[in-house]
Amino acid sequence: MLIRKSNAIPSSEITPKSVYLNRRAFMAGAAALGVAGMLEPHRAAAEATKLQTVNSPLSTPGLTPTSYKDITSYNNFYEFGVEKDNPSHNAGKMKTRPWKVTVDGLVKQKKTVTIEELLSFKPIEERVYRHRCVEAWSMVIPWAGFSLSELINWAEPLPKAKYVQFLSYEDSAIMPGLFQINLNWPYSEGLRMDEAMHPLTLLTFGLYGEMLPNQDGAPVRVVIPWKYGFKSAKSIVKIHFTSDQPPTAWNDMAPREYGFYSNVNPNVDHPRWSQKTERRIGASLFQQRQATLMFNGYGDQVASLYNGMDLKKYF
Amino acid sequence: MDKRAIVGLKVAVWLACLAPLAKLGYHGFTNNLGPDPTATVTHATGFATLRLLVISLAITPLRRLSPRLSWFVRFRRLLGLFAFFYGCLHLLTWLWLYSGFSVAAMADDLAKRRYIMAGMAAWVLLLPLAATSTNWSIRTLGGKRWQALHRLAYVSAILGVIHYWWIVKSGVRTPITITLVLAVLLLSRVVWWLRQSDG
Repeated sequence: MLIRKSNAIPSSEITPKSVYLNRRAFMAGAAALGVAGMLEPHRAAAEATKLQTVNSPLSTPGLTPTSYKDITSYNNFYEFGVEKDNPSHNAGKMKTRPWKVTVDGLVKQKKTVTIEELLSFKPIEERVYRHRCVEAWSMVIPWAGFSLSELINWAEPLPKAKYVQFLSYEDSAIMPGLFQINLNWPYSEGLRMDEAMHPLTLLTFGLYGEMLPNQDGAPVRVVIPWKYGFKSAKSIVKIHFTSDQPPTAWNDMAPREYGFYSNVNPNVDHPRWSQKTERRIGASLFQQRQATLMFNGYGDQVASLYNGMDLKKYF
Repeated sequence: MDKRAIVGLKVAVWLACLAPLAKLGYHGFTNNLGPDPTATVTHATGFATLRLLVISLAITPLRRLSPRLSWFVRFRRLLGLFAFFYGCLHLLTWLWLYSGFSVAAMADDLAKRRYIMAGMAAWVLLLPLAATSTNWSIRTLGGKRWQALHRLAYVSAILGVIHYWWIVKSGVRTPITITLVLAVLLLSRVVWWLRQSDG
């Protein structure tokens, strides 16, 4: 149901949370709820966590999304602790309203935009993407957002701008992880401008038709589906345009292990483990392992960005 | 310590040692091993191995604190053998869940990844210790030689801790607790030997 190409019913109205928890129940219940959703168009608006989404041709067809429960309880969000279940326990303390994002650096004019302005900036699309962690596990996530290129065009970067840097929120009072691991905080990530402008690069506000839970990077994050998950910065407060490659958190910490590009690539091992296969989250013990796809399966769309580059060198 | 108390305690130690396996089995049957069951099983067996090995190394320093604690030693073999048992299960997760019993995948891992080498070496060192854990072995080898052989447990535990540090992400400090505990246990032996040689 989530991957329908064209349908006027916003997915936010046909997939209540309890239903996500079980794919089978979801499949059985969606049809009936879809009718209810059309009859009660105001119900979703009444709930602040719901997002009105439209379907997108850039959504990946044929995938079964990972359960809402796993997507929201198995997280790497190191600010809130290094264990997978830490963010879902600790991130609730983060206040995501009011929230502003500053756009600065090599732009025509420095701008600040509120989360409310961002949410109403463009139609929010539902994009089902594969999500591959550098730790060799993967999920399928129905994100909600619009292409980052829309915001970049609005930001009017100067011709000198060659890279985009994302800076995440930092607050030592509520983030125990800042003391558990000595990354250069605040968390910084970055993309080359052509990567950032690629239509698949998603400025993301929600998942499963709802606002992002804090542990998944609320209220706004980026998602770059052909790169390892750590490239997709969470809880963004600043978008900074530069002429030089910006410093990025994991690359600074261990450049041998985490490249600036970090495209999903089964042919380039992490120094400490193979990237040829991955463990699909939510699958049973003996059915977890599956082959990892080049560019996480998005090669047709993105391989041309890297023409002529040695991907073993620029991993 | 009278005999009945020892038997009671042994039952308790058996149950405690079997608890990690029972927990995994229960969660496995109820389909509740978490989002990443491979990681759950791997971490649980690895932690059990390392913790039991370190606990077994705590017996000697503790009983040296007082002659009244000498009965502690009766639990050392049990703890050591359970450490080996969980070490075997941990190894099996790598053979099965990570490598799919593919010899090529395992050879690749072993050659390229130092944390695999360290872990494998730690397990291999436990083999002769498990094999010579019987009273008959102690008698046959003679106490001194048996004791010298079983000092390999120190090396195995150190390799186990190194294995742990090498698999966590750079900058993550979670292995610090077990490292400090092991360091204290090994240092206490050094202090003991120095005092003995002084006397």
